[in-house]
Amino acid sequence: MSARWKIVALVAVVVLAVSGGTFYVLRARAEHRPPEAGPAQVPTSDRLGAVQAVPHLVFRSTALGEGYGRVALVPLTDPAGARAFAPAACDRIYARPGETLCLMAERGLVTTYRVDLLGADWQPRQSAPLAGLPSRARISRDGSLIATTTFVYGDSYANPGQFSTRTVLTKAGGGEIGELENFTLTVNGKQITAADRNFWGVTFTDDNDAFYATASSGGKTWLVRGSISGRSMVSVREDVECPSLSPDGTRIAFKKHGTLAAGKWRLAVYDLRTGAETLLAEERSFDDQAEWIDNTTVAYGLARTGDTGAATSDVWAVPADGTGRPRVLIPDAWSPAVVGAAS
Amino acid sequence: MYVSVRDRPAGDQPDAPTGRRKKVAGTVVLLGIVSLLTDVSSEMVNAVLPLYLTATLGLAVLAYGFIDGIYQGVSALVRIAGGYLGDRNERPKWVAAAGYGISAVSRIAMLPAAGWVAVTGVVTADRLGKGLRTAPRDALIADASDPEVRGRAFGVHRTLDTVGAALGPLVAFALLWAVPGGYDSVWVVSFAFAIVGVAVIVLLVPDRRPAPSGGKPAPRDLLRTMVLLRRPLIACGLLGILTVGDGFMYLSLQHRDDFAARWFPLLYVGSNVAYLVLAVPLGRLADRIGRAKVFLGGHVVLVAVYLTAALPSVGTAWTLVTLLLVGAFYAATDGVLAAFVSRLVPDGARGSGIAAAQTVVAVARFGSSVGFGALWLAMGPSSALLLVAGLLTVVLPVAWWLLRNTEAAA
Repeated sequence: MSARWKIVALVAVVVLAVSGGTFYVLRARAEHRPPEAGPAQVPTSDRLGAVQAVPHLVFRSTALGEGYGRVALVPLTDPAGARAFAPAACDRIYARPGETLCLMAERGLVTTYRVDLLGADWQPRQSAPLAGLPSRARISRDGSLIATTTFVYGDSYANPGQFSTRTVLTKAGGGEIGELENFTLTVNGKQITAADRNFWGVTFTDDNDAFYATASSGGKTWLVRGSISGRSMVSVREDVECPSLSPDGTRIAFKKHGTLAAGKWRLAVYDLRTGAETLLAEERSFDDQAEWIDNTTVAYGLARTGDTGAATSDVWAVPADGTGRPRVLIPDAWSPAVVGAAS
Repeated sequence: MYVSVRDRPAGDQPDAPTGRRKKVAGTVVLLGIVSLLTDVSSEMVNAVLPLYLTATLGLAVLAYGFIDGIYQGVSALVRIAGGYLGDRNERPKWVAAAGYGISAVSRIAMLPAAGWVAVTGVVTADRLGKGLRTAPRDALIADASDPEVRGRAFGVHRTLDTVGAALGPLVAFALLWAVPGGYDSVWVVSFAFAIVGVAVIVLLVPDRRPAPSGGKPAPRDLLRTMVLLRRPLIACGLLGILTVGDGFMYLSLQHRDDFAARWFPLLYVGSNVAYLVLAVPLGRLADRIGRAKVFLGGHVVLVAVYLTAALPSVGTAWTLVTLLLVGAFYAATDGVLAAFVSRLVPDGARGSGIAAAQTVVAVARFGSSVGFGALWLAMGPSSALLLVAGLLTVVLPVAWWLLRNTEAAA
């Protein structure tokens, strides 16, 4: 090929690449409809204060239209009914009476992450930067302890995509208790110090010292029981992720990987008294930290493959004893928390 | 010990160096542009991959960090193969172009790749491509450059390369800003950048001129190259094992102050900017005072990096100083190493020699990552960094002795 033809060929490649890329992006942009555009696609209510006064569910609304991504509330007696929007937008939510834990991404050219503890008036009482993508959030029953799990990724220059989770325990009044990575981890009697240790999905017990969480190392995961005062965690059982303790403190709902394909989990319940494990009636794969509605029912978010392209999901509920069938509890919702229910 | 390096006649190249101040060859700039485009492409994907993986794959990606280590090992082997192949068939350009091509194709494979296995495969292909192309490309740079200005030539190449690495994430995040959730747009634009890069190397970069002797290196010669380079390789290994990955450095900063935690994704952009500003001046300095000296000087800076990262922060400025020093370390060592090694081996074995040195560094640094991870957990970030700083201070004179003798022989 002569020098001239080489230049012509290069120009052709550049023109094709630039026009093709531009065309693709412009088309994607034209087809993209922001999920919060237009009126809300679900019944809404403006009686926020009234819903706050009764036992209710707090969640992230994923209904298209106005209010997408906002915190919403429904009374526990009518979860599929009209939702009241709170003046806050969160990616991951947990709530106790009078306080809501709100993990969010602040999107921009560089996305940063933050956690706010909102008071009953939805104003932040405390706020802290988060190290990465929000994943799990929990508040202890009396509201004094907070746990957040985020995905942290190391520098993407030398070690692309290297991943870990960071789980931090904090006191609601302020003051960090610490990262679980700095607690000791004992699995089957042996202390684990491997560099690939990761922790996620804390659930608190009512004594405000013991907690349960997931620990992982070397491709295995364990349910661990931790002690804040002892800064330690001890394995209880293998293959338990994202534990959630029942209100009566006797069972743990969790994600079981078992022999499923990578990235797939079944919802199961482990009885701490008998050691029995029960697969629940939900047979689809899910990825969430379940929330107990009461001592007999668990709720969890399930992504819905929508045709709109926006991340859509519903909150489902299923009996905790393996019977029955899953049903939609709140349509177009994610990250549910039960507030003020008698247990 | 030292095999003499033929000086290329000045008239040998289209943009022949004239006068006392020799210009960096056009080939070097073209290869820099290829690297720039390819780095925009790959860093676009790397920057959004964590977001994409968590959005679509959830916690399964935890295994990723572990598997990453295996890739590093494979990549190191492929790197030696790439350098040797380029030398053996005297076609370093086409070996490098194949490496760029594999990475480019892996981008467009992201479009239908909607699963964990597929994404892993795509990332592996990208790693293999990078492993394959690096050494033959550096051999081309050394070939095209007058030995006296090789440090500067590598500096120019690494500057362009780093400009791409710094721009990539910005392009990707700008795209996601314009088209929220538009990961497919990121893959398509990334592919467009990569394919232009491949076109530039295929169409414009001249291949190595066949050596007059026509001696093709046999596998035995690869071994001979390693033996020839044993002192620098040992020095590189010793220093490499005490080079804590900058990922750990950023994590340490992130642990220490809120500024670093909040702007975490920008930390490596900060050190990249320092790198690209310093790559040419330090390459030029290496040409003037000796590459081994600058290479060692870079590791003295690394001791300073450990100290600034380990000691308690006195504010945001302290974090910025750390980032500046990280950039200075890479600017003083990365391209300078290739320039240094290419002077110590015969022309025909240049790719193999550069590959050998880079592989030793990569493997040593991987070992260091694993070891430092354990230290970090056992002692905490600060004590672990101080310990490594101490060890590096002890090893530096040893490395100086190993490299000084080499340079004296030259």
